[in-house]
Order: sequence, then C-alpha cells, then structure tokens
Amino acid sequence: MSISPEAVAEEIEDRVDVDDTGGGGEVGRARVRKEDQRLITGRTRWTDNIVLPGMLHIVTVRSPFAHARITAIDTTEAKASPGVMDVITGADVKDEQGALPCAWPITADQKSQPHPAIAVDRVAFAGEVVAVVVARTVAQARDAAELVDVDYDELPAVLDLRTAAAGGDLAHPDLGTNVSATWVFDSKEAGTGDDVDAAIETARAEGIVLEREYRQQRLIPSFMEPRSVVVDPTGEQMTMWSSTQVPHILRLMLALTLDVSESKVRVIAPDVGGGFGGKLQVTPEEIITFLAARRTGRPVKWTETRSESLLSAHHGRDQWQKLTLAATKDGTVTGLKVDLLADMGAYLGLVTPGVPILGAFMYNAIYKFPAYRFTCENIFTNKTWTDAYRGAGRPEATFAIERLMTELAVELGVDPLEIREKNWIKHEEFPFASVCGLEYDSGNYEAATARAKELFDYDGLRAEQKRRRESGDTVQLGLGISTFTEMCGLAPSRVLGSLSYGAGGWENASVRMLPTGKVEVVTGSSAHGQGHETAWSQIVADELGIPFEDIEILHGDTQVSARGMDTYGSRSLVVGGQAVIMASRKVVEKAKPIAAHLLEAAVEDLEFSAGSFTVRGTGKGISLGEVSLATFAGHNLPDGIEPNLDSDATFDPSNFSFPHGTHLCAVEVDTETGQVRMRDYVAVDDIGNVVNPLIVEGQVHGGLLQGIAQALWEEAVHDESGTLVTGSFVDYTLPTAADTISFTTDRTVSPATSNDLGAKGVGEAGCIASTPAVVNAVIDAVRHFGVDDIVMPCTPERVWSAIQSARAGGTSETTPEAQPHFVEGEPNQDPGTGAEGGTR
Amino acid sequence: MIPAAFDYLAPTSVEDALAALAEHGDEAKVLGGGQSLLPVLRMRLGDPSVVVDLGRIDALRGITDDGDHLVIGAMTAYVDLIASEAVREHATVLTKAVEEVADPQIRHRGTVGGALVHADPAGDVAAPILALEAQLVITGPGGERTVPASDFFTGLFETAVGDGELLTSIRIPKHTGWGGHYEKFVRVVHQWSIVAVAATVRTEGGTIAEARIGLTNMGLTALRARSVEQALVGCEVSEAAIGAACASAADGTEPPSDLNGSADYRRALAPVLTRRAVLAAAGG
Repeated sequence: MSISPEAVAEEIEDRVDVDDTGGGGEVGRARVRKEDQRLITGRTRWTDNIVLPGMLHIVTVRSPFAHARITAIDTTEAKASPGVMDVITGADVKDEQGALPCAWPITADQKSQPHPAIAVDRVAFAGEVVAVVVARTVAQARDAAELVDVDYDELPAVLDLRTAAAGGDLAHPDLGTNVSATWVFDSKEAGTGDDVDAAIETARAEGIVLEREYRQQRLIPSFMEPRSVVVDPTGEQMTMWSSTQVPHILRLMLALTLDVSESKVRVIAPDVGGGFGGKLQVTPEEIITFLAARRTGRPVKWTETRSESLLSAHHGRDQWQKLTLAATKDGTVTGLKVDLLADMGAYLGLVTPGVPILGAFMYNAIYKFPAYRFTCENIFTNKTWTDAYRGAGRPEATFAIERLMTELAVELGVDPLEIREKNWIKHEEFPFASVCGLEYDSGNYEAATARAKELFDYDGLRAEQKRRRESGDTVQLGLGISTFTEMCGLAPSRVLGSLSYGAGGWENASVRMLPTGKVEVVTGSSAHGQGHETAWSQIVADELGIPFEDIEILHGDTQVSARGMDTYGSRSLVVGGQAVIMASRKVVEKAKPIAAHLLEAAVEDLEFSAGSFTVRGTGKGISLGEVSLATFAGHNLPDGIEPNLDSDATFDPSNFSFPHGTHLCAVEVDTETGQVRMRDYVAVDDIGNVVNPLIVEGQVHGGLLQGIAQALWEEAVHDESGTLVTGSFVDYTLPTAADTISFTTDRTVSPATSNDLGAKGVGEAGCIASTPAVVNAVIDAVRHFGVDDIVMPCTPERVWSAIQSARAGGTSETTPEAQPHFVEGEPNQDPGTGAEGGTR
Repeated sequence: MIPAAFDYLAPTSVEDALAALAEHGDEAKVLGGGQSLLPVLRMRLGDPSVVVDLGRIDALRGITDDGDHLVIGAMTAYVDLIASEAVREHATVLTKAVEEVADPQIRHRGTVGGALVHADPAGDVAAPILALEAQLVITGPGGERTVPASDFFTGLFETAVGDGELLTSIRIPKHTGWGGHYEKFVRVVHQWSIVAVAATVRTEGGTIAEARIGLTNMGLTALRARSVEQALVGCEVSEAAIGAACASAADGTEPPSDLNGSADYRRALAPVLTRRAVLAAAGG
C-alpha cells in the first residue's frame, strides 16, 4: 500500500489538536512540515548516505586513558593490513593540523590548552583520538584499527570538578592551574543595580538568607543522527559534507585552523538529523577527515558509531552552583549571589567558556532583584570536553533560581506561586531593565500563570496532596512550578562583541525570483530538524503572495548560501526569519517600478497584495510572477533598470528576545521504591507570535521531555579512572515516548518588539523550563518527610534514600556503582558470594 | 560497529546444527534472535570464529499443546509467545513477563530459548520459567535430556546446556486457573530489569493455595523465593497478609550493585515488588 505524502499531511493536519492562529494567511497555519517525508523515511541526503567514487573510510583509535603520555605508537601491523591506505598519528600531522578553535575567550587572561585533532604526545581525556586508519572499506579500517599499538604512561587523572577547582593534580600540567578563567558580573560595578554583599548583610540581620548548592550533572546531547564527515579533495575546492549545525562557521574555522584559503573550502551541511548544540562545534574528526583526503588525494568518509558519539562528541552542563539569596521577611528578594564552577572538560570547544556566561544574565529570571553578583570559574578536568547543549547556560540558571524561589516560599510558609508573583516584573512595567543590564521588551507573567493554573487544576491537586499526606498514602503527590524566561534570538552583534565573542549575531537571507514565478529562498540559518523549509515558505508565501508549494528553501551549502551564522540559541526565526522578510520586501520594491511600467501607471498608484500589483481604483493588475518573467525576458523594461528581482538582506537584531512561560508539574512518588511517575504537566509558553503552531508544539514537547530527562533520567558517569561508564544507550538512560505522559500545552502572546514577526523563539523553552518544574515537584512530594533536596537525576534509589535518611533524621547522598551492563563480552555482574545456583 | 570476521553457518535441522557445534567446539557461538550476541560482536567484546544461526530451523519454532504441558520451541520469538492464547491461558505469568521485555523491536527478534541460554540475570524469561517449574529439553549428540528449571541456571551466564548441546524446547506444565503477574522495576521502560518478580498463584476461596515466585536480577541467576512461597500458603488475599509473607523475599540474596541501584536498594525493593506481584497475580 502506498500513500502519498500529501495525503499523509492532510490526514495529520486533520487530526492534530492544534489551532491555526493565522488570519487565513500562511503564517499561523499548522502545516505539516514539507521536509518530513524525506527525513522520516531516510531517503535523503544524510552525510553518511553520500558515496563518492574511490571513497576511503576512516576508523579512529582512541585513548582508553583519561590522562596519559603517549610513549610510542607502532602502526606497522595496521599499515600492512588488507585495504589500508594510510595510518595517521599526531606526529604525522603535527605541523599541519593546527589547534581546534575556541571562538569565545571570556577573559583576556583565559588559559587554554591547544587542542590537536590527533593527540601528539599526551592525551587529556578518555576518547581522545590518537591515530586513524584510512582504508578502502569501513570493515578493513575497523580491523586494522585493532592492530595499532599505542604505549601509554598513565598520568594522574583530574576528574572531580570541585577537587580540580581546589588545586592538586592538574588536568594540563603545563598550564600550572586547573582554572581556565574567572569571570565576574557585579550589578554595582556595572551600574545596573545595588551591592549584593550589603543586601546579604542586611538580610542576615533582619531578613532571610538562603544558601544552597546545586549540581548540574553532565549530560550527553544524544542527537539522533551520529556525526559524519565526507571530504572530496578533487576539483579546485576541498568540499566537506558534515553533519553540523554550523556550516558557515565551520568553513571559516577550517580555513583559519588549517591555513588554507577560505575560498578553497566549500562546506555542505546536507540534511542534519538533530544537534541540540552537540553539532555546534568544529570537531577533531572534521579536521582529520580533511587532512586524510588531502594526504590521499581521495574522497574520505568518517561516520561515528553511537558509542563513539557518546564518548567523544562534546557533553553538556556539568556545573556546581553555590547560591546565596537575600530576602526580606515578607518575601521580597533583595539580592542574589552566584558562585559557579563550570567543568570545561579537557579542552575549550567553539563556545565552551561562554556557556556559563549565557546563564549569567538569567539567574535573575523574571524577577526584580535589585542586587546581583555572578562569579564563574571555568575549570579543566580530564573528561570529554563540554560545550553548548540545548539552552546552554540558561537551563542551569533557571534551575537554580526556580529551585531557590520554591525554597524561599517554603521558608516563609507561603505558596510558591505567591512568592513568584510578589517578585516578578508586572506586565505594565515592560520594557524593563534587568539587574544584568538587559532590556526585557515584552512579557506578561500574570497571564501565562493564570492560564497555567486554570489548565492544571492547581487547587484540586493541592487538596489531593493534602489528603494523601494525611492518610499516609504510600504514593505521595508533589507539585512543581517553574516560571522561566530566557534570552533568545542570539544575538545583537554589538552585545556579542562586548562579551568578547569572536563573531557577530546577524543573519542573512536572499530571495531569487525564477522566470516561471517560482521562488528560491536562501537562508544562512541552516536547519537540523527545526523545519525551516516549511516555516520560511509560510513567511515568504504571505510576503510575496506566492503559493507555499512554489517556494523552495535552500540552505546549508556555503556555495549556495554565502553568508550565514547558522542555527543555535533559538535564533533562526527571530533573526533569520526577519532577514527573510526583509529580502522578500526588497523583491517587491524592485518589482514595483517594472510593474508600473508594464501597467503604464505611476509607481505611487500601485498597491501590492496577494501576489499582484494593481492600479488603485482600476481593475488593472499584474502578478509578481508575470513581472518576474518580463524581467527575465528584458524586452520591455524601464530605462536604466536592473533586469533582476533578486534580493539579499542581512538583519542584525537590536535586542534579544525573551520568551517566558509558566510550567506546572505534578508527580507521584512511590515512597516504597522512590520511583517518580509523571502525572500532569502543563506548559503555557509565551513565545510571541507563531508562524507554525505544529512546529511549535513539536519543539515544546521534545524540549519538555529533554528537560525532564535531566531531572529524572540522564547522567554521564565516569568511573574513578575516567572511563565513561554510560558509554552506550544501555547505560545512558534516554527516555522514549513510552516513559512520558501527554503534556498539556497552551500559549499566551506578548509579541517581541525586535522583529516584524513578533516572534521570540521556541527551540529551548521546554528544555529550560521543565527541569526545575519536575525537581520542585519531586521535592514537594517528599518534603514532609524532611527532604529539601535531591541531586539530579532524581533516580528511584536517590529518592528512596532521601526518604529513608530523612526519616532516620540524617542526610545522605548515594553514589551509584560505576559499572556498565556490558563488559568484556558479558553483562556486568558483581559475582558476590554465597550464590547457590538456580534455587535457594 | 562492525564485528570481527567470522564464518557463518545456517543449518536447517537440529542434527546439522549439532554437527556444526561438534566440528567447531569452543570456536562457535550459537545465534538465536541475536539481541544479546550481536551487540557483543559489534562492540568487539567477543570474537567467535564461527556463528551458528538457528534461525532457519523451523522445527525449533512454535508452541504446541501436549496434553498437560505446553511445548515452546526454543527459537520462538517473544511476539509469538505474547500472541499465544494457550500460553496466556495456561502460563499467564510467562506472557506477562515477556510483554515487559525491552521494546517492540527486540520482542520481534529476540527468542525465548536464546534468552534462557544467555542467562543474563537481569533478563525477564528465567524467573517465570522457574516459577512455572518448566522442564528444559536439551539436545546433544547423544540425544535428548530434560532438565528441571531449578537445575538449569548454574551460574552467571551459565546453564546446564553443555558443550555441543542446544536447548531445543521448553515444556511448561499447564497452570490453568493460576493467576500470574510480572512486576518489573526499571527507570526507563526499555531497560534491563533492575529487579523484577514473577509470581504465579492459585487461590481457593480468597486464600492462597499455592504460590511460586521467581526473582530477576537478585543474584548471579534468577532465583526462587521459596521461603515466601511457603509463607504464602494459606494466606488471605489482602495487602497486609501478603505483605507480611513477602517480607523475606530478599533474604539470602546477593544482588548486584550497578548504575541503577546498589545491592542494599535492590534488597529493599524485592519484598515490595514481590508483594505487588503476588497481589496482582491473586487478583487482590
């Protein structure tokens, strides 16, 4: 049986419970994504699907040690293995491989260890590449990789973040310290607020001071499509296909790192299957594949295995947050001090040092704190490097403040929603200058919260909670709240400059009118699952009056899209979408004099709507398509006019956008086992105006589960020698659809003012908001036992232990045994003693 | 994720499979549904030189009614077992357990016999097989022999199946009229059991007449909780009574410690999960 994609799309649109919010136009319509058919079936241009004549394959050899000196590498046997064309070690390419780029030096004196694509004489994390085999087939390369003989002298491995920050063994002995940089924001110094020390001192005397420490565990982005790179050295340019979020940045960085002319490098990000920030990177494997292709003169491909991906693609989060909150006795927050330790891992990636800084501006969240200080120490350890992961700094900040606000409410014996309302910015106070110096342009926290309460049955659930507590039910109910905001639409270039970021934050688009009236739109913001092709088509359809189906979106190829800043930080629609609007409007402006000429009317008398120019007050008109054809022919154009309707526009936003929302969560905690079960989840988000409600739903639902996964399930665990124990999906417990519930979502709208769409961005909202909502709910369920914190992820054992030790009047933190399920051919098992075989 | 090279044999009869095993001895690994062996091969955690695939031996697949027993071919896939009305009626705890195995993809490929011979203590088939007091039919060069489930699991990943032998079928005494339940405890649903309990129970007028309990991942092998079984006899079907009878479920066990739970935590889980399994099996 075969069903046409169109029929499937219609069926889905009929079934989905998403209201169109447009006024009959394309923008606001819940369209099924035009790219889904090919992405879901896989019959498309994934990098690994690319096969070139004579192509060779790379398999990597990686260090099993977290920190070691490489004393010798014997490649003789590997080189003699069937099909092997080359075996490359760090020593072979040390003069040409350069060092991987970091684009965000946050301080002038930031310490950085050069990161070679292939380690030369020392490895600094388990999983670092020490050699690669290049062979005719992947199987041959894999076999030969087993034959590469590397001798190591182990060095002390620095693994624990807090220990590393305190000194002692060094992750990089040559640096003389584990501290990469210390970065401070102080509202008094910045002139954006008061002195936080004074606020804390006053609160100690006559108010309340809360001091808490929270851990943001290390997470693994776990994008669906493993990374893959193909490099073709034939022709005038080196062409690289890579499963990357950042083809434009990658091209520039390849040129700078490898000292080749930028014009000699073409980068293509074909269809890319997810990234979550994990593909916002310039990777060792991209450099290596490039070098291997150049050395062999043949096309070369590298595709990672899932285990390789979990081990070596950059990780996210991994911070310790020390927080001091000052408030008056009536619950008005007067100051917040944040002392952060951020684990860089072994090396600084593209934006690693800046990730905590993106959070620095969000600890004050939706609240009117008068005083704030943020101090961050970036610390090296001998673990996989960290970098951006969905939300990048902002989820960590949101977690901290939303946990703290709930704790403050408990301290004062008031409802956690009430304490938030007391401190948040009222809707009539926008635009609001935050204590960090950001200008929040729009928002309405009252409206979002009121709607969330309505959908959640907040009062009914509180009553049920009371009943369960009183009856001593083994299943306890907990309610969690998160009222979040985030800075999105990265970013005004001037602001990025003030933060020492190495690039701008603009985005580019161009529109090409084809002779047949069809349209090609080129966007510099290349999608890796977001649905740009559909959303951009909807925008252009409304702007130009061209049918949705007649619009083709081109992206992800530096030869097609010359300028772009790529996709991350919920920026595509907010910044790139605006560029698309500007480019579309330029087309209309260029077409207008030609249309007037063809209609024999004055330009001032023309109006453009629904794809046609008409002469006001007459029935005369001409479609944009007809103007395009006339322009192509050039037979009858006004004197001196350029025969071309194409346009190009670059948009640099004047401000960030500030999505916000109120998320309410109910969990049931089985007090006998510690198991947490999601009961209800209501997310009311204000992301401004919406282009495609269906895409928004997808982003929100996926984001929610990803954030819930941090709260309940996911954690990258290393053993005491620095080996990644959660090295496969057997042990890194990603949730699936079967682990979640159906979320209730709704939206309120206060449009952004920094773009014509009024859009704020939705890529990270769910993931930022849900983690504290769930943890607050879990704690709420067991607080009456005396529990006031549980380290993430809130595993059944951690929850159970917290209840046990609270009942026993103490506190305890359990550390799981670091053992994967599969080791040496068999699942792990502690052999134990006294087993009696099958029965007892 | 490419295994080291191996020779692949796909016999179509048990005789040919046994001959292949006889010829290659220790060098050979038997491939059932491949859901445990293939990851091990692909991660190069094991490298047999010969793989003997039983997938083409039709005689090893299927469920037949043999009077007072059900006979399940060793190569019967989980999904076929789940679909079997006969198993649901006469060995309901097995249906319940197999429904909880991993995810739909794995349940389509994985086989009951493969899981039993692999004998991962966190696997979900062994405990119900113990609880149902099944007989495991092992075929070797000298013909067939039958081993009771209680003697089948001899150690960590070790069973009574010897060198050159195959598990060919599982004979399950019909437990018609018995209730059954498998209480599986996991963090995410597709995971191996952290702890699980298989309970099959016969009640007479509101009290438990007979009960048999199998424990998953509470030791080197699946285990019978015999002290609980004895305590349950004559027990009324109530949470309090059954809970008291199940309190000893972890006694004498040596469960593992891993990322999902310490041994102490597992020992705390076992009585709770046993109580829940028995209550559900008894219809309480």
